[in-house]
Amino acid sequence: MNRNNVSYVDAISEATAQEMAYDPSVIVFGLDVDDHKAIQGTTKGLLAKFGPDRVFGTPLSEDAMTGAAIGMAMCGLRPIHVHIRMDFMMLAMNQLVNIAAKAHYMYGGQIRLPMVVRSMIGKSWGQGAQHSQGLYSFFMHVPGLKVVAPTTPFDAKGCLISAIRDNNPVIYVEHRILHFQKGPVPEELYEVGPGKARITAAGSDITLVGISHMQIECLRAKHYLQEKGINAEVIDPIWLSPLDVDTIAASVRKTGHLLVVDNDWPTCGASAEIMAAVTERLQGEMRFTVHRMGFANTSCPPTPSLEYLFYPNGRTVAAKAFDILKGSAQNWLPNERPDLKEIEFRGPF
Amino acid sequence: MIAKFYESLYRIRRVEEEVAKVYPTDKIKSPVHLSIGQEAVAVGVCEALRPDDIVFITYRSHAGYIAKGGNLKAMIAELYGKVTGSAKGKGGSMHLVDVANGIMGASAVVGTTIANSIGYAYGVKLKKQNNIVVCFFGDGATDEGVFYESMNFAALKQLPIIFVCENNGYAIHTAQAKRQAVPDIAAKAAIFGMPIERLGDDVLHLYERISTAVETLRSGGTGPFFFECETYRWKEHVGPSEDYNAGYRARTEAEPWMQQDQVQKFAMRLDPQQRQQIEQAVEIEIAEAFEFAENSPFPPDAELYDGVFA
Ligand SMILES: Cc1ncc(C[n+]2csc(CCOP(=O)(O)OP(=O)(O)O)c2C)c(N)n1
Ligand SMILES: [Mg+2]
Repeated sequence: MNRNNVSYVDAISEATAQEMAYDPSVIVFGLDVDDHKAIQGTTKGLLAKFGPDRVFGTPLSEDAMTGAAIGMAMCGLRPIHVHIRMDFMMLAMNQLVNIAAKAHYMYGGQIRLPMVVRSMIGKSWGQGAQHSQGLYSFFMHVPGLKVVAPTTPFDAKGCLISAIRDNNPVIYVEHRILHFQKGPVPEELYEVGPGKARITAAGSDITLVGISHMQIECLRAKHYLQEKGINAEVIDPIWLSPLDVDTIAASVRKTGHLLVVDNDWPTCGASAEIMAAVTERLQGEMRFTVHRMGFANTSCPPTPSLEYLFYPNGRTVAAKAFDILKGSAQNWLPNERPDLKEIEFRGPF
Repeated sequence: MIAKFYESLYRIRRVEEEVAKVYPTDKIKSPVHLSIGQEAVAVGVCEALRPDDIVFITYRSHAGYIAKGGNLKAMIAELYGKVTGSAKGKGGSMHLVDVANGIMGASAVVGTTIANSIGYAYGVKLKKQNNIVVCFFGDGATDEGVFYESMNFAALKQLPIIFVCENNGYAIHTAQAKRQAVPDIAAKAAIFGMPIERLGDDVLHLYERISTAVETLRSGGTGPFFFECETYRWKEHVGPSEDYNAGYRARTEAEPWMQQDQVQKFAMRLDPQQRQQIEQAVEIEIAEAFEFAENSPFPPDAELYDGVFA
């Protein structure tokens, strides 16, 4: 394997396999984790290596299986429960919010729940309203849950290892399109731990915070903005809860402008939280502006023409950043560059 | 009756074959869950219903939609993402709906509509309406807790509803025996005290048995009724192709179903001339529906925000 060109998918399966080898209490289950498609390949090879007691498909029982994961964690296992779409986690809300998040606290510290819930956000090819939601802000809202949404293969591996070793429930969010990302991934075990954001591209004029897949769009926007002589700083929060406000605030202290681009609706979302946290930190200290972009305020339409309008992209992010810096609408939209185009995802799923 | 049933069976089969044929051109940018091989259940059930009866369907809904009389042009346009589609391009293949024809839509989240259907049936009962509700779902949906909770409520309130479990033996690639400790789904419904019946995919028999339940409900008798219908999905779970070499099932398992293909069986029962007439008329209908979809525009940008609230 060329360690400089490892896919996000392989990073996840490798992290899982290595942790399972290292710690026999780690197990993986969820609908279809053991079929030939292996959750787009992210659980590939695990069944053969670790057997059906540690790697198993489940009935369609999101609620009960989440409760079971909690029970397994109480018993000393480290379960990884996988959902092929984040939308299906809505069936597990009671267990996650009312038990998983609170057990350690409300049982006076007698119980801890080391468990990971992996899920994927869909996009394109007509995923539509119920297969495309990035609902991580629901979980950010609740004390006792950690939330992570890595964007690079390097972070996919490091964050998963961290999540597995964490003694708390961790909501680990992947994006279907990020699965196609490739990059350097060390072979050894390493952690990308909670509460540390990463400056993915240094700059001085505006701070772009891109969450999950929108990180890629922010990096594209940085290239487009260079056409206008603008030097954007791009930050990947990686962990949404706990959130690294320090790194983002330090950047805004330098640039004076914050644009958060979320892979979710803006209202009550991660973007709202990041803007509020930065504002609390910097108000009174200096003049700065805060802005955000996210899904259009509607359900995700499957038809390609409307779906294109539903999501921010590198060009619309650049246009917004340009307007922010000029202080008014400039009606500038960069021409699409082939090298900055989104990969075309072809179905059927 | 044979002619009418054949027309419906043939229409569903041919529509889906056309969908599979068009699919590689990428004009249908939507995950399609074909019901080729499963047409019989949809037809046997829906032929026993009136236009004002209500069906709740699933993401594998092409057959149920067509059998219940859903608008074909609107369906194909929806698959194409066009503004003339059943949901103006905002639903997609997994969410066919045609309220005018009693099709109350489908969820892509398995099991969800079972609960919706009992609520609808409660309304029908409270308002003393004379129509009835049919809820279609797969064997996979019966894994979910909502299935049991819904059966209980429907039986408790004696709702005017017919549950139709289309048991094709698989949820995606996982066989029923790998998911359920007891495979007998009808027996699980029976626990709640409702009449149950296990059926195959013999259309006429299905039609007769469903009709009996329909008549009972229509004449003021109490529900619910539960039918478990064994059937078989010929294509892959999602997409236009076959997947017998994927390793989770063998073609030999499908062959008996293909040999007793209800579409072919009904074709044989008709005299050739009548058969040809039916097929020609349906072919024209299908060609027109695809042409309609091809020629329809995509939704205008303003549609994006239209309809978030009623
Ligand atoms: C709540 C939920 N969990 C998981 C899925 C993923 N999923 C989509 S279809 C499917 C299988 C459902 O099987 P069944 O009900 O038998 O219907 P069939 O596809 O066989 O018609 C699964 C697990 C989903 N859509 N919703
Ligand atoms: Mg099934």
